[in-house]
Amino acid sequence: MAVTYSYYPGCSLKGTGRAYEESLLPVMRALDIELVELDDWNCCGATAYMAVDELKACVMASRNLALAEKAGHREVVAPCSACYLVLNKTKHYIHESPSVHQVVNTALKQGNLAYSGNTPVRHPLDILVHTVGLDAVKKRVTTPLKGLKVAPYYGCQIVRPYSTFDDQYNPTTMDRLLEAIGCTVVPFPLKTRCCGGSLTGTLPEPGLLCSQIILKEALKRGADCIATVCPLCQFNLDGYHDKIAAKWGASRIPTVFFTQLMGLAFGLGERELGLHRGFIPLQLPATLRAAAA
Amino acid sequence: MAELQRTIKYEADRVPGFGREVMSVPGCEQLQSCIQCGTCSGVCPLSIYMDYTPRQVMELTRSDFKNEVLKSHTIWLCASCYSCTVECPKQIRITDIMYELKQRAIHEGVYPKKFPIPTLAKEFYKMAHTQGRVTENFLAAFMFMKTNLMAALGMWKLGLGLFQRGRFPLKIESIQRKDELARMMEVVDNMDIDKLTNGHAKPAQPTH
Amino acid sequence: MEPKNNNDVRIGFYVCHCGHNIAAMVDCPEVARFAQQLPNVVLSRDYKYMCSDPGQELVQKDIQEFRLNRVVVASCSPLLHEHTFRGACEAAGLNPFYFQMVNIREHNSWVHTDRAEATEKAKALVQGAIERVARHKKLEQKKVPIHPDVLVVGGGIAGIHAAMTLANAGKKVYLVEREPSIGGHMAKFDKTFPTLDCAACILTPKMSEVGSHPNITLLSYSEVTKMEGYVGNYTVTVKRKPRYIIEDLCTGCQDCITNCVFKEPKFPDEFNEGLGKRRPVYIPFPQATPQVVLIDPEVCLNFKRGKPGQEPVVSDRCKKTCVEACGEKKAIDFTQKETFETLKVGTIIVATGFKTFDAERIPQYGYGRYPGVYTALEIERLVNASGPTGGHVVMRDGREPKSIGIIHCVGSRDKKTNRWCSRVCCMYSMKLAHLLKEHTGAEIYNFYIDMRTPGKGYEEFYDKLLEEGVHFIRGRVGEVTDWAYAPGEDGKLVIRVEDTLAGYVRRIPVDMVVLSTGLEPQADAQEVRRLFNMSCGSEGFFLERHPKLAPVNTFNDGIYIAGACQGPRDIPDTVAQAGAAAAEAMALIDKGYIEQEPNTAYVLAEECCGCKSCLPLCPYTAITFDESSGKATINEALCKGCGTCVASCPSGSIVQNLFDDEEIFSEIHGVLAYD
Repeated sequence: MAVTYSYYPGCSLKGTGRAYEESLLPVMRALDIELVELDDWNCCGATAYMAVDELKACVMASRNLALAEKAGHREVVAPCSACYLVLNKTKHYIHESPSVHQVVNTALKQGNLAYSGNTPVRHPLDILVHTVGLDAVKKRVTTPLKGLKVAPYYGCQIVRPYSTFDDQYNPTTMDRLLEAIGCTVVPFPLKTRCCGGSLTGTLPEPGLLCSQIILKEALKRGADCIATVCPLCQFNLDGYHDKIAAKWGASRIPTVFFTQLMGLAFGLGERELGLHRGFIPLQLPATLRAAAA
Repeated sequence: MAELQRTIKYEADRVPGFGREVMSVPGCEQLQSCIQCGTCSGVCPLSIYMDYTPRQVMELTRSDFKNEVLKSHTIWLCASCYSCTVECPKQIRITDIMYELKQRAIHEGVYPKKFPIPTLAKEFYKMAHTQGRVTENFLAAFMFMKTNLMAALGMWKLGLGLFQRGRFPLKIESIQRKDELARMMEVVDNMDIDKLTNGHAKPAQPTH
Repeated sequence: MEPKNNNDVRIGFYVCHCGHNIAAMVDCPEVARFAQQLPNVVLSRDYKYMCSDPGQELVQKDIQEFRLNRVVVASCSPLLHEHTFRGACEAAGLNPFYFQMVNIREHNSWVHTDRAEATEKAKALVQGAIERVARHKKLEQKKVPIHPDVLVVGGGIAGIHAAMTLANAGKKVYLVEREPSIGGHMAKFDKTFPTLDCAACILTPKMSEVGSHPNITLLSYSEVTKMEGYVGNYTVTVKRKPRYIIEDLCTGCQDCITNCVFKEPKFPDEFNEGLGKRRPVYIPFPQATPQVVLIDPEVCLNFKRGKPGQEPVVSDRCKKTCVEACGEKKAIDFTQKETFETLKVGTIIVATGFKTFDAERIPQYGYGRYPGVYTALEIERLVNASGPTGGHVVMRDGREPKSIGIIHCVGSRDKKTNRWCSRVCCMYSMKLAHLLKEHTGAEIYNFYIDMRTPGKGYEEFYDKLLEEGVHFIRGRVGEVTDWAYAPGEDGKLVIRVEDTLAGYVRRIPVDMVVLSTGLEPQADAQEVRRLFNMSCGSEGFFLERHPKLAPVNTFNDGIYIAGACQGPRDIPDTVAQAGAAAAEAMALIDKGYIEQEPNTAYVLAEECCGCKSCLPLCPYTAITFDESSGKATINEALCKGCGTCVASCPSGSIVQNLFDDEEIFSEIHGVLAYD
């Protein structure tokens, strides 16, 4: 019997991060989990909104949490790292400051909504490793990705500042998940080092350097690809190769979502998983390609 | 010979109460306990480009050097990766203080004209406010148009690539109940926020 | 001066100005005037300093002249001067418990700002005391004899020094140590700061003295499992863990070790912090006291691996070359079991020391992930001549380091781990910097937040290190990583830190990283403190009675603490505390008895219904139940007068001296009746 969660995609997963949603939903379905998209969800505010007005940012985020409470599912799944952070931060902020809670609920009344402050917001990694369990994941694997060397890149916002499900400096949930689907996880010291975030577009010199550092080290460690959990990280690591090559020399390595790798291991098709949407295509090792053929 | 610079700071250079004001935001009171250990700067991946390191910004804020802080590049270089907040031995919410300072800089209009980051923030705010959702490519376009049109043209290849891969929506996304969201925001605008939150939140931005 | 009946109560009342402390906020002459007209008050005076000699003499003179049989003084806290005034009464021939004190300083003048209201409050409190004191009864202070023997728990430098001091004074001392040898952490150090004395050289003579002193009974490889009794009369149960060696027959020749079936040592050596290896039969270190080997049943072939918690079972699978080598001495006994001994002592000194912070709790520094990262204790063993590498500084991968980074404050001054400063790490970090430089000639970097060098010769030691060319960088290290970025970083550990004094963020590649881990309470501190009826502070170290004036006493008379178990400290301060604890114990023993405050509770046997609800409530386990009579009884010597049982007894059959119902109700009545 399928378990349902409220699903909060966030703006990116409908735009540049389409492939994340395209791979996440079928993978969850294969594990008997139904993600029900929140009706009329609005932008969470991400990092930019917080830079302008944090009270309104709180209200923006809380509307979604209130919608989730209304929908009645136990928990909300937020795959995008920024959304995950903002929704959790809002929850903390409301808990710490009763006056903020009051402002939020007064504003939400305009839509006949209210937020109690209690709905948990979880990340798919957390659900896959801790709720579904690696054994159940292993059972669904039809094509273990043997020989594929992956650098696990978590980015910053799913482990910091709220570390509900993994270590903040040296997380291992994705490592274990990738190993469960047959990948070889390379030792990677930059698992949680910032990719530059939105600076890659606004201040390219520092922003792109952050991304380049990650790409270069992944290649140095012998990885075939980088697995990521965040649409902005995927965009930064995958979308600026020309600019990076012009500044510091090429570091071409594909960056995919961990759900895409899971989908491949579950026997789903490359196009179905959005693997054609990346700039640097993922090259499976010869042995795997032969098996898939 | 290069121009000589005098760098002494007098008490008149301070803006008394600035530090207290920033620290009154919930979570930022811990700044009082800062021992200037430098861990924040040590872990910050962007600190190598900053004019004042995060540690210096904390001290300047606490000591009421408002002008120096709001004019610094540091607050705009912060990528909110939260490494500093997590590593700080006094559990000071450095990233949240950086957000505070960003808000104040925008509020007071203290940043270089055509500086992309505050412009991005304001455009993001506007789009989220009116549409309820943000369409990334349109947001990027608006930002570039307002700050650096040449750079926008330089991104044509990326834009084309995204379009070819289906990651470039041609329509601005929005929620259905836009009016509901607008009303919610108006409620926040009209609330006597100071009374409720003891002066923690700042008044809303009239950017629309 | 027994009153014939209650009408014969003659109260003398005094209110103290305490200079300005009370008089500034309370109108003392007014209070005295008020008290004069209360029932049973014969005389009422106000005076500037009641606790002074003239003040006390005044009380004594009045007792004689006016035949007073009750005295009430309204002044400061009883904690300060109740004892003084009771003494004055006693000196004048009046039972000291006919005295009552009213606190109008800490409870009144020091906490209020309205003079009129404060004066009214004082009057109300005084009225309460006057009504109460009329109902006071004559009480005697009991004398509890003190057993002259002492138990010292913990055989580190604190325990050793305390034991030696007491033994030299002629007292019989039991020294219980959990490890197979005494010496504690100090035995692991190479040199000690700031003199750079060899730790073993200054420690081992003391250890040896302890081992051979006629007044010291050394119970090594033993633990205290139970403590019963009360001050001056403790009964302690000690568990002797089995070494599988008969201690008295072992000469410490170590032939068994050299002839063990394990030709090469195979198992991690605890004394060398896991850097070296040992055999199943081993001696912790060459100068161990007692000089007796022991066998580890977990890895010895002659034992079957039992289930956890179960006693190991002899498998008899081994050739037992050790027994052969031992020969005529016949010191090895595989059938040895743990035994229990009961000791009777009068005082106990707890000196159980500290444990170091587990560096794996800070993953950013890479301990456990990168082989080039060491803790300070590991370095002590590495530079020590009797360590696993013979004093040759060589890393786990065989390389000799050319550059070393020493990171201060690991697990200290950090809200996420331990908030306190561990006090010794700046000094030992500098010591290690000096030793490492001496042994390797490497470039050494010390990364600190503040340099804490308060002791004698400590700042001069810092000067010396600076002169030696050690680099001191003020900045708390952000991370230690093997990610190489700049040229010269490949294959090294990179320390990323803000050099706050120079004003730059720096990346410094080094071969070896040393983590100066902080000091923490022992892992079983909570169990140990419950064993000895002590408290722990919020950080987990044992709680002293007063941080300034009673650092080695606990709230339990007769039980003392000394050394790092009370808080992080260096060797000079530890030795000083050990001496202090020994002196306190000696003061008690030589006096021979202790006077008990008589505010103990007692059970009215006729009224006790045998419900037993008081038993588990007593925090001092002073109440026992006599099954045959079906009544509870309270051990007067253990009772501290907390009143819990009194309040909880459903049949109201427990009464407390100095706080019986009549006394309490009359005080309440007096306070409320004033308006």
